[in-house]
Amino acid sequence: MYGRKVKLRFFFIILFLFSLILSVFLILKSLEENVVYFQSPSDIQLLEEIKYKKIRVGGMVKENSIEVSSEKINFIVTDFKNEISVVYSGVVPNLFAEGKGVVAEGYLKDRSFFEATKILAKHDENYMPPEVNEALKEK
Amino acid sequence: MLASFVGFYSLIFGLGISLLIIFFSIKNFKKSNILDSKILTFSFLQMFLVFVSFFGLILSFINSDFSNETVFNNSHTTKPLFYKISGTWGNHEGSLLLWLLVLTLFIFIFLVNSKNQLIKYRILTVIFQQIIIIGFFIFLLKTSNPFSYLFPIPEEGLGLNPILQDPALAIHPPILYLGYVGSSIIFSSVLAATTLNYINSNWAKHIKGWVLISWIFLTLGILLGSIWAYYELGWGGFWFWDPVENVSLMPWLALTTLFHCILVLEKRSLFKSWIIILSIATFTLSMCGTFLVRSGILNSVHTFANDPGRGLFILSFLFVLIFISIFIFFVFHKSDNKNFSPIFFLSKETSIVINNWFMMYFLSVVLIGTVYPIFLDVLSSQKISVGPPFYHKLIIPFLIPFLIFMAIGPRLKWIKSELKNKLSLFVLLIISVLASIFIVKNFETNYLLNSILVGSAFYLFFITVRDFFSKKTKKLSQNMAHFGFSLLILSILFNNIFSNEIITNLKVGESYKVDNLEIVFDDLTKENKKNYVSYTGVFSIKDENFENILKPELRIYNQPNIITSEADIKVTLFKDNFITINNVQNEDYFNVRYLIKPFMLWIWISVLLITFGGLISLFNKKYE
Repeated sequence: MYGRKVKLRFFFIILFLFSLILSVFLILKSLEENVVYFQSPSDIQLLEEIKYKKIRVGGMVKENSIEVSSEKINFIVTDFKNEISVVYSGVVPNLFAEGKGVVAEGYLKDRSFFEATKILAKHDENYMPPEVNEALKEK
Repeated sequence: MLASFVGFYSLIFGLGISLLIIFFSIKNFKKSNILDSKILTFSFLQMFLVFVSFFGLILSFINSDFSNETVFNNSHTTKPLFYKISGTWGNHEGSLLLWLLVLTLFIFIFLVNSKNQLIKYRILTVIFQQIIIIGFFIFLLKTSNPFSYLFPIPEEGLGLNPILQDPALAIHPPILYLGYVGSSIIFSSVLAATTLNYINSNWAKHIKGWVLISWIFLTLGILLGSIWAYYELGWGGFWFWDPVENVSLMPWLALTTLFHCILVLEKRSLFKSWIIILSIATFTLSMCGTFLVRSGILNSVHTFANDPGRGLFILSFLFVLIFISIFIFFVFHKSDNKNFSPIFFLSKETSIVINNWFMMYFLSVVLIGTVYPIFLDVLSSQKISVGPPFYHKLIIPFLIPFLIFMAIGPRLKWIKSELKNKLSLFVLLIISVLASIFIVKNFETNYLLNSILVGSAFYLFFITVRDFFSKKTKKLSQNMAHFGFSLLILSILFNNIFSNEIITNLKVGESYKVDNLEIVFDDLTKENKKNYVSYTGVFSIKDENFENILKPELRIYNQPNIITSEADIKVTLFKDNFITINNVQNEDYFNVRYLIKPFMLWIWISVLLITFGGLISLFNKKYE
């Protein structure tokens, strides 16, 4: 029969492969469930059905569209082709302003209404999130 | 003017010296068995020149010399002196110059400090390190010259991004870089040692110091960045799985794994190939971090505007380095199957193998979560992001066995061991499970998972605490680091379970009430400061037991015209009260965020304890 060393080594390799396969499987499965897609207001118009899944919407904050009340903030995100109303209750980043780029994360209620759970911060006045840049270019 | 001029030419001479050093090193390597003192002299000269160049840049910043493009882009005359200086490395060009300075500094220290090592090994390490240094010289001079001349000379600079004008962030980059660049020495040294077939316990003893130094600085650097994000960005937490954070965590995980393996190499001469791969991976991940942050590819919530051309250079350079290391690994490395040492199941080696598996698993989770969106974007131009739920779901369940192994593993001996004091280990397990059930039971969220998690963290906690008092414990450093880790996990868990958040929009004079907590917006005062206007809100927070006055601030900087929120945090031993305000589009309403964050202080303290463990090990020569 094989010696103890060989057996032990064999056992380790099997265990290693098994855990490797398991972890790859876990990672991929979890990735599938937890990925957040980015969509521009125009992309949303083209959606076939509204799913209850977290997405990101990006574009410009339309001029004169921000309204603040005690519980929430309403504003409109536009890519100059289509727009979508966003309602949000939470903290807004410092650089959130009309005429600036924005990325909001949350859930679609219908094709023209979005409930945001998070507004992403930018920390540089010249910085435009790459997605927003592209969404605006495509118009 | 003069400073920029001197700085620029110092860099060019520095590059020239690199070539000289390589020339002499090759000559030495071929001909004789002595290390020419020229190499040492030139290394010192090179470090000195890069230092002069760096100092020149600092001077240009202090004098607000706007004929220098870097200064123009990142400074302003009204900026306080401290931030003029820290602005030197608060930008792309300056921070790369700092990288280069640390690279040259470390190879000089290496040369001085490795006198009792093989001559050939030292020379080869110098050559590999010089290849990296040359790459950075060219990168700096070609794509990001810190001394570009501007004409006509502008009157005023563009200013430093205000969120970078902060003490924690002034020292965060240098410390993080010491960690990143420290891994370059490990990389050069492992390539040299592989070529000479010198990967043995002698080498392990010598490189362990470098691994520890990089690890300590990297840990501290990450901690500083994390503290900064907590109070300056107003994120109100310590970790957000943001890509920029992840790229610093990846080399840390690799380095931690590497350190545990080095211990095995030192004692048992095992895991040689694995150590070579890990050392290469650590440096590659550090470089990748720089590449991803600098290229603007990362879709991060705190990306700064930057230039893709630079990314391309770092990426090509990275490929060259990876190619060289793969070549060396396959050509020179011979695994010695002859003296295959026995491994028994219950031994320290096995427990370190298990530690490695877990660490590699965590590393791949972070790697995939960070890199997958980039690949998907390139392949299908789908824009996605991977958020905290992904990481939590994949990492948290595996923390449970990880913590338990971490508690038992160090109790084992090398080669073959048996568990002693089974009874006391078992009793401690029961105590920790009971303690956790007692604590978690009053809270509704995810009862089962939380109590098991808290239980296993308590287990490690109790065992390490017990070992502090046991006379048999010789490994204070290890016990300290593991104790710190258990405290970290416990603080994070309690922080998550017990924190509370209130977000509302308020006008001056209004108040907000929820349960028995009341937030009153008493007053708003305006004050003109040197380079910003400050609006300070006065809030009183009332509860049945206490009343707190908190004064968050909103700063409107003059140049660049940016608004930042300064959180006001009342730090107490067991919880932080955290408040930030923000104003939307000059409306009367202020966006108010109030957080109760338990055990925040303990998160920072426990990371310091972990680092302290590393420090003890570094200074304790009589390790074990």
